[in-house]
Amino acid sequence: MSVSKPLPHDSAWLHVTGAARYVDDIPAPRGTLHLAFGLSPIARGHVAAMDLSGVQQSPGVVAVLTAKGLPFANDVSPSIHDEPLLAAGTVNYVGQPVFLVVADSHLNARIAARKGKVDYKEEPALLTLDAALAADSRFEEGPRIYHKGDAAKAIDAAPHRVEGTFELGGQEHFYLEGQAAMALPQEDGGMHVHSSTQHPTEIQHKVADAIGLPMHAVRVETRRMGGGFGGKESQGNALAVACAVAARLTGKPCKMRYDRDDDMVITGKRHAFRMSYRAGFDDDGRLQGVEFLHLVDCGWAQDLSLPVADRAMLHADNAYLIPNVRIESHRLRTNRQSATAYRGFGGPQGMVGIERVMDHIAHDLGLDPAELRQRNYYAPMQTPEAPAGEAQDTSGQPLDPDADLASRGAPVQPAKTSPPPKDVQTTPYHMPVEDFILHDLTAQLLKSSDYAARKAAIAKWNQGQTHLKRGIAFSPVKFGISFTLTHLNQAGALVHVYQDGSVHLNHGGTEMGQGLFQKVAQVAASRFGIPLDKVKITASDTAKVPNTSATAASSGSDLNGMAVKAACDTLRARMAEHLALQHQASPADVVFENGMVRIGQDEMTFEKAAMACYQGRVSLSATGFYKTPKVEWDRIKGQGRPFYYFAYGAAVTEVAVDALTGENRILRCDILHDAGASLNPGIDIGQIEGGYVQGAGWLTTEELVWDDAGRLRTHAPSTYKIPACSDRPGVFNVNLFDGQNREDTIYRSKAVGEPPFMLGISAWLALSDAVAAFGTAYPALNAPATAEEVWRAVRRVRDGI
Amino acid sequence: MALTFRLNGETVRITDARPTVTLLDWLREEQGLTGTKEGCNEGDCGACTVMVTDSRGSKALNACILFLPQLQGKSVRTVEGASGPDGSLHPVQQAMVDHHGSQCGFCTPGFIMSMVTAHANGATDFDDQLAGNLCRCTGYAPIIRAAETAKDAPVPDWIAQEGSFIWPEISRGEAAGRGAAPPMLPGSADELADLFERRPDATLVAGATDVGLWVTKQLRHLPQMIFLGGCDDLKGIEVADSAVRIGAMADMNALRAAMEPLHPSFAEMLRRFASQQIRAAASVGGNIANGSPIGDTPPALIALGTTLHLRKGDSRRELPLEDFFLDYGKQDRGPGEFVEAVSFPRQPDALKVYKLSKRFDQDISAVLGAFNVTVMNGNISAARIAFGGMAGIPKRAARVEAALTGQPWDQATIQTAAAAFDQDFTPMSDMRASAAYRLEAARNMLTRYFAEQNGAAVSVLEVRP
Repeated sequence: MSVSKPLPHDSAWLHVTGAARYVDDIPAPRGTLHLAFGLSPIARGHVAAMDLSGVQQSPGVVAVLTAKGLPFANDVSPSIHDEPLLAAGTVNYVGQPVFLVVADSHLNARIAARKGKVDYKEEPALLTLDAALAADSRFEEGPRIYHKGDAAKAIDAAPHRVEGTFELGGQEHFYLEGQAAMALPQEDGGMHVHSSTQHPTEIQHKVADAIGLPMHAVRVETRRMGGGFGGKESQGNALAVACAVAARLTGKPCKMRYDRDDDMVITGKRHAFRMSYRAGFDDDGRLQGVEFLHLVDCGWAQDLSLPVADRAMLHADNAYLIPNVRIESHRLRTNRQSATAYRGFGGPQGMVGIERVMDHIAHDLGLDPAELRQRNYYAPMQTPEAPAGEAQDTSGQPLDPDADLASRGAPVQPAKTSPPPKDVQTTPYHMPVEDFILHDLTAQLLKSSDYAARKAAIAKWNQGQTHLKRGIAFSPVKFGISFTLTHLNQAGALVHVYQDGSVHLNHGGTEMGQGLFQKVAQVAASRFGIPLDKVKITASDTAKVPNTSATAASSGSDLNGMAVKAACDTLRARMAEHLALQHQASPADVVFENGMVRIGQDEMTFEKAAMACYQGRVSLSATGFYKTPKVEWDRIKGQGRPFYYFAYGAAVTEVAVDALTGENRILRCDILHDAGASLNPGIDIGQIEGGYVQGAGWLTTEELVWDDAGRLRTHAPSTYKIPACSDRPGVFNVNLFDGQNREDTIYRSKAVGEPPFMLGISAWLALSDAVAAFGTAYPALNAPATAEEVWRAVRRVRDGI
Repeated sequence: MALTFRLNGETVRITDARPTVTLLDWLREEQGLTGTKEGCNEGDCGACTVMVTDSRGSKALNACILFLPQLQGKSVRTVEGASGPDGSLHPVQQAMVDHHGSQCGFCTPGFIMSMVTAHANGATDFDDQLAGNLCRCTGYAPIIRAAETAKDAPVPDWIAQEGSFIWPEISRGEAAGRGAAPPMLPGSADELADLFERRPDATLVAGATDVGLWVTKQLRHLPQMIFLGGCDDLKGIEVADSAVRIGAMADMNALRAAMEPLHPSFAEMLRRFASQQIRAAASVGGNIANGSPIGDTPPALIALGTTLHLRKGDSRRELPLEDFFLDYGKQDRGPGEFVEAVSFPRQPDALKVYKLSKRFDQDISAVLGAFNVTVMNGNISAARIAFGGMAGIPKRAARVEAALTGQPWDQATIQTAAAAFDQDFTPMSDMRASAAYRLEAARNMLTRYFAEQNGAAVSVLEVRP
């Protein structure tokens, strides 16, 4: 059976030979036109006058479009229609598309786009959280508050307290392939769109609205992305819509890709937070109560900010049972790029908050931080297997008749939820925690990483150093798996068995490098008991599987694997019934394995079986469908079961820092991660290694800097520094925790896309530990902990501030 | 005359290319070779890496900032040419498949070509060889495992033969181009001097690591370009008994190799100067002549007491390197005048160069400090200290030097001298660092220098778990 084998990525051979095609590599028909946006140079104001004659006269220009020239909807928002394709009168950030150039080449379009003469009437821009808060510039009517017990009372009554405020920066996705789309106009006005997107259905919906046709007239295809990380959940809308509108206007195929600088200036990033906390605890460091205040920089449009900020609140507990807790979250509107989905979707920010509290308490009490964390863990799982659940339909009604219901940003009425059973441990949002495995996992990791001995050795080494210190830190991850917008937890698949026994596979997920297509193909091959090379992986295509959810929230293999399994099992049942009849056996006795089909005493190849079924007039094409059971959620009250299960992991990171300059280095990292019964350990370990490095990058070198005029100054890899090769830990031990999902997921595996990202928090905590060795005060690190921030923290520690 | 080079083993002649067409655009748009990717279009991500071979050997270069005339007489291999003619995978390709070295795959062709080049050159310092290739998916670990696995495999014939064809077959000269001003490709310093004197408005292109961005990012029109790659007589580095003379067209990898035995700290800084791809293209002359306040070689060279050799036509002049930098964006260089070489006296090694940047590899310095302090009988007899990133130009710390010179080599002297930094520099705040941090870091580098000269551990890069 091919599931659980560490097979290479399905496109590995195409990747290494350069044969893998991304959107910009697809041979474009002769006469294809190329697009570029003219961008706003100011952060906020009105367009007073626009002279685009210079753009029109620029070499190679075919057309120039403004908001007024758009035929139908001027809207690329995934949520509340507040994000026009082209600015309609007002601009709200530096980099907002104002006009669209259609030219005969990519270069000519870029050249022309810089020739627009637009006069703006500038208005004071809101460029900081303080400014936005003072102006009450926000999304939703006020802060969202989730609570359990009475946090203030518990904190005030506790023997010890810590409090603090810190900044937590955003993050540029830096997918290596920039945003790209191509639209091919069809004979009947329909549109065939190739898009580098995690969400083909949303592209389909937005394109349909923009060209005034039903969704059936638009077909969106995505074979692969050169990285997504959440940055292609909604941010590809503008390019696909622009291409479709221009293609409709000119009748020519249209293609658009952002130059890297444009990409970084135009598109949204991870949400930056300012986080304040107050925690009360006893002499042993056990939490009595915690309060969090999240100030969330959502940028100028709503996009997916509400569910992102929600998910931050849903991870404010991480792995810890907090008896009394209150989380207040303000979703502030500023004049910056509209912050968007990014791996973890707010979860990492929420988790950093409680890990900071743990770090602060351990420093305050002089306790070992790993020990302190374990004392506060949720209680271990009681019964290893969960009873099967029913899928419920608890999503509320849409609040907006034109809502894009396939978007995580879709506004819907609160859903009904049932209260948790009495006497069970619950999260701050009252969900029982029943699958907690971190006690065992932690014990194994602390042992395998030799944590205690190394911590002692480091302390000793530090005593002999003046300018350099080392630090070590442990941090766990508990990450909730499911879309919090319940109705998105569904997936479809389409599977054909051809008469030669080869299998065509299609499903609603998209491939962005995470290995989803291979994992799902492994499922299909396993269901039919055939070798993997009999299964043809095909591009995501809205014409094959409709109404797909974004490949996001780590849900890809959980949802699509199950949908494919359902389709395969339907086909298998049909085949078994026919073959059993022919061989006077019972369908229950038909077995598919090792490339063969056994029917009682008889046996034939899968190819022969397929041929026999074809001749027997058996339908060899089936759809499959899956909806996640047990989930129900009221995001307004903060109650219910938003997650089907939790994925777990933990890391120990060691670092070195230099007090003179703040320069720092990750020396070693040990990880033990829970992927359930892994569908493909090779791919899963890749997700963990990559997730860790990306997470550590977010909290160390990846600094976004805007100037006082709201211009992003770090808009290229020359100024925005993602980890390079030598930044990975010099010693990097990554292992999978031996276990299986308590819930009935695809082959009992667990989602693995986002959770490992948060293992990177251990690097930030290790820096805090190293800095603390320079003095007595708490380092109170901000993030990202660049060399400069580490240098500032050393001063805080030494000066005892 | 046609522009002639080899592409994946086949000779290519181009008669009508504009000189500012990059190899990347030409490959993707004209040749339909889309394996080479555009990730950033500024030489920082490495997705467009190709292998370029000439009589001096093979280099990995960024195709996005490599103009076609720079390829005259060379041989180019793209990812499509990494595999054998029969389609068999190169050992690094197979190892990348076996070790899960690709996820989204977009950076992979660039990694493959860096790895193919390193493999052909027998280089195994993979962190350094791959510092110019960014990957956002894998965390690099599997890529390094792949490189380690493939390192002992023999170099495949089709790669080994890359440098073996008869070079004179491909002629050098003035390549034809579109319009009235075809690009000029001088074959010697004398030819260059003559051409540049006649066309002082021309843009000199050495490695194009800076000029490339004028074209790809600023979309500038460059009416006349002179490509210096053919001036082999400007590439030499002579280490004589009394002095070291470095030709303006020596690249950073050549300079690093030459500095390794003489001034190892300079060599280590050059390792971090930029990626392999950029170092293989960037020239010493270019790093000086463009006058950037954050070019990394000028402070180190100034600290060594370097003389700059300028030439215009047949006339030459020389001046202390620090005097070349007049003000931000302004240098002491006349029309038609170019950097021919730099030279500095042989000296006992007391040079330490400290590069401070957000990321260790392939990053632009926030502050670069170069310290060269001579101590005789416990007293400081001479001090040359220069900084990048602290002013509008690479600049000596004159007050600090004065505060050190003649004083005893001890902690008290260091502390006194550190106070003089405020008088030497008023740095600015930008996206790389704040003014306060720059100033304090510069001061602390003096402390570090003192500690290091006294044998203390000062570099986090040398700490092991």
